[in-house]
Amino acid sequence: MITLLFFGRLRELLDCQRLPLEITSAVDVASLRQQLADKGPHWQEFLSLQHALVAVNQTMAQEQTMINDGDEVAFFPPVTGG
Amino acid sequence: MIKVCTEDFDLGLLTNELRQKSPQSGAIVNFVGLVRDINHGQSVSKLFLEHYPAMTEKVLTDICSRAKARFSVDHIDVIHRVGELDLNSQIVYVGVSAMHRGDAFNCCEYVMDYLKSEAPFWKKESQHGQQVWLDANPTDVAAKARWEQ
Repeated sequence: MITLLFFGRLRELLDCQRLPLEITSAVDVASLRQQLADKGPHWQEFLSLQHALVAVNQTMAQEQTMINDGDEVAFFPPVTGG
Repeated sequence: MIKVCTEDFDLGLLTNELRQKSPQSGAIVNFVGLVRDINHGQSVSKLFLEHYPAMTEKVLTDICSRAKARFSVDHIDVIHRVGELDLNSQIVYVGVSAMHRGDAFNCCEYVMDYLKSEAPFWKKESQHGQQVWLDANPTDVAAKARWEQ
């Protein structure tokens, strides 16, 4: 089981803040994006690379970063603090 | 000191705290970011700031560690507020104490430039009754890039 988190505009568009997800084996970020995109048109559009950065266990991740059981994976738009 | 909170902060008190814990410092540079009433030509009446609690302090700590390795400074204090903020409210504070002003100025800018492009905060503005999530500003990316040349 991994935990997916969504923030900012992405959280509102997907109408989802937190989503537990079963994974049978380790996957990379790119495969996870694809798996989520299959959930519907909104997910497809808003989980694209341009719209959603990704952090694995609170550290910024790349498309090839591996995700293991128990990990926390957060998707969010480019940051706008300060 | 790194803190993420909803409460306002008192710049005078923070400067005194920084001064008192930095007896070897000859300079303090403070930066305060505010909620302004106009953004990209749109009038703004309120701001909401969301963040990723588990990641925010981790990123801010990492930015401050890199800044301390790069500049000769004594202390770096960062406060970032979240939640609902009214016009003219204080959003962010960065205070740097150093032996000399050059390092204090540069370090303060460095911390702000990285905070703006790496720390997981998102702003939503109230513009004429509409709630609008802000897009990242390309000038912030350019501001960070100058430290990487």
